[in-house]
Amino acid sequence: MTLTRWHKPQNWTLSPFRSASTLRDEVDQLFDYAFGQALRAQNFGRGAAGPALEVFEDKDNITVRAELPGLKKEEIQINLQDGILAISGERRRDEKQNAGQGFRSERLLTRFHRTVSLPAEVNPETIKATYTDGILAVTLPKSEKAKPRQIPISVN
Amino acid sequence: MNAVAEKETQTEVQPASAEREYVTPGVSIIETDQGYVLEAEMPGVNKQGLTVSLEANVLTLEGRRQTAQVPGTLLYRESSNADFRRVFELDPEIDGARISARIEQGLLTVQLPKAEKVKPRKIEVA
Repeated sequence: MTLTRWHKPQNWTLSPFRSASTLRDEVDQLFDYAFGQALRAQNFGRGAAGPALEVFEDKDNITVRAELPGLKKEEIQINLQDGILAISGERRRDEKQNAGQGFRSERLLTRFHRTVSLPAEVNPETIKATYTDGILAVTLPKSEKAKPRQIPISVN
Repeated sequence: MNAVAEKETQTEVQPASAEREYVTPGVSIIETDQGYVLEAEMPGVNKQGLTVSLEANVLTLEGRRQTAQVPGTLLYRESSNADFRRVFELDPEIDGARISARIEQGLLTVQLPKAEKVKPRKIEVA
C-alpha cells in the first residue's frame, strides 16, 4: 500500500514559552516554519494539502477515515478508480473569514486531495461513506475473491 | 494587538492521573467590529465531548474524541487519538458574559464579543 505523505498541520507558534518539546522538535518546527509553508504553497510534490488519514482492515471491509473538520458533505468528493480511493474537495473561506481581519490562521483553507491505494479488491457497488463530527469514514467491503477463505482438505 | 493571546499551558498543575496527552487543535481567530471569532478544528469531537470554560480571563477549550471504534487491524494512521486542549488568555476588552460556542462537524466556533465600551462608535459633532 502506498500513500502520499501527509504534512502535519502547523499547530504551533514561535514562542519561547512553547510547551515542553524536545530540541529536536523545535528544530524540526523551525525548518517546517521556514520551508514548510513555501513548499506547501507550491504544492511541492503532491496535489494539495491533505487531511490526516487512518486505514483499517478486517476480513470483510477496508475502512478509511479522514479528518475533515467543518465541511459540508457536498464539499467532499470520493472517487474509486483502479483500486485507488481518492478523497478530495475544497475548504473555502466563508463569509466569516472574509468579514473580519484574521490575526491567527492555522486552518488550511485550500483544496485537499488524498489518495489511498487499497490493500485488497473491493466491491464498488457496496461502498458506504458517512460524515460525522468532522470525520469522513468510508467503508469498502472486500470483493468475494479478496476475502480470506479456508480451503478444505479432502482425505482419500 | 493580541487580544486573544495563547497562554502557556504547560505550567498548569494537573493531577498525577492527568498524564494525558493532548494535541493542539488548529485555530483561526478573526477580528470583526463586534468581537472575535475563534475557530478550532477538533475532528471527532461533538457537543458531548466538548468543554469550553472561562475562568477569570482564561479560556480553555477541551475536546474529547467521540470517534467510534473501527473493527479490524489498523494499517496506517496519521491522526492522533489524543484529546484536544488549548488555552487562551483573553483581553479585558472581551465581554466574558456574552461568550458563546457551538460545534459543528468537528469545527468549534467561539464568539468572543467585545465589551460595548471598546466597540468603535461614531461621535456626533454637536
